[in-house]
Amino acid sequence: MIGALILRDLRRGLTGSAWLPAAFFLLVATLVPFAIGPDPQLLGRIGPGALWIAALTAALLPIERLIEPDRADGVLDQLALHGVAEEIVAVAKIAAHWLTFGPLLMLAAVPGSALLGLNPQSLARTLVSLWIGTPGLAALAVAAAALTAGLPRAGALAGLLLLPVAVPLLIFGATVAGSGDNAALSLEAAISIVLLAGAPFVTAAAIRAART
Amino acid sequence: MKPLLRFQEVSLGRGGRLLFEGLSLALGPGEALLVTGPNGSGKSSLLRLAAGLLRAEQGQVERSQLALADEHLALDRELSLGRALAFWGKRAGAAMDALGLAHLTDVPVRLLSSGQAKRATLARVAASGAPLWLLDEPLNGLDAEGADALSQLMANHRASGGAILVASHQPLPGEWRRLELGA
Repeated sequence: MIGALILRDLRRGLTGSAWLPAAFFLLVATLVPFAIGPDPQLLGRIGPGALWIAALTAALLPIERLIEPDRADGVLDQLALHGVAEEIVAVAKIAAHWLTFGPLLMLAAVPGSALLGLNPQSLARTLVSLWIGTPGLAALAVAAAALTAGLPRAGALAGLLLLPVAVPLLIFGATVAGSGDNAALSLEAAISIVLLAGAPFVTAAAIRAART
Repeated sequence: MKPLLRFQEVSLGRGGRLLFEGLSLALGPGEALLVTGPNGSGKSSLLRLAAGLLRAEQGQVERSQLALADEHLALDRELSLGRALAFWGKRAGAAMDALGLAHLTDVPVRLLSSGQAKRATLARVAASGAPLWLLDEPLNGLDAEGADALSQLMANHRASGGAILVASHQPLPGEWRRLELGA
């Protein structure tokens, strides 16, 4: 069942607006040189951090369509009746969300890094940091989506919920992207794993609590 | 014989208001129970409780494998009806035949009329193959032909050893045990 669920969410994500976060990410990366000025040295120094901020804001875009449509349409209820644990649903949603979000974001980081004048080493480090960090970010997005599902202004609320929790990921992700520090890489991976391990339980509890 | 659904001294409240208390019932194979009562008397909540989507404040609920048709369609809008139903059960083809939906197999779910969507919700239950059906206001939005198809479907399900719990404010054809809520 978990395979069928992942495939279903992948299909819905890819036929829907999967390109939107990547396009938004690229747009934010484009804005940075306009705001900071074209000094290549300065851009090279803040570029990796700027890309991470872009990634974080792009992660907020799809939140409203991660859980709420399935809750409102009774799909989550029906899955429970079919004996699928909410935790399994959460794992499937996280996996499918990452697959429609992470790779596209990394793809967009290539032209994004060119816009910021990053050198190839810097781009490679940024891609590694995104590769490790985006699964944690996807898990966080699904959990925030579940916690706010059905609430008015859920999108804004989910942003307020997600961004502070994502700060450790941002700190170490941006450090990895900026300097390639191995200790930061380990810490980023550790945070990503903690988020991945915890998010399914938070998501499942939120789905159950949202039932009326 | 082991009942497919059993309530033992069950109490349920919503929003600080007690809907019912000390409710006991058992539904065995071939049996059907019609829950009636005014709006807000807790018919739908009783069904969601039976489904395990709500938790009883007191008492115990035992249930077998079941399927629920409520006001939610729970079918993917962008898929064809046949594929959307197939996600929920192996008997989608037979269920669509039984409810007169066979000609709509290739039509996307988002294009269905509200009456067709109601039939599709019932077809989802029939496709599941679950022995216990929970139907919330199954006649809402159905035309005469749809209502006939539904009563035929329910009769077949009972004849093959299934049980049905229906919440409805409209009278249903056939023999039903009745439970009046909020009386």
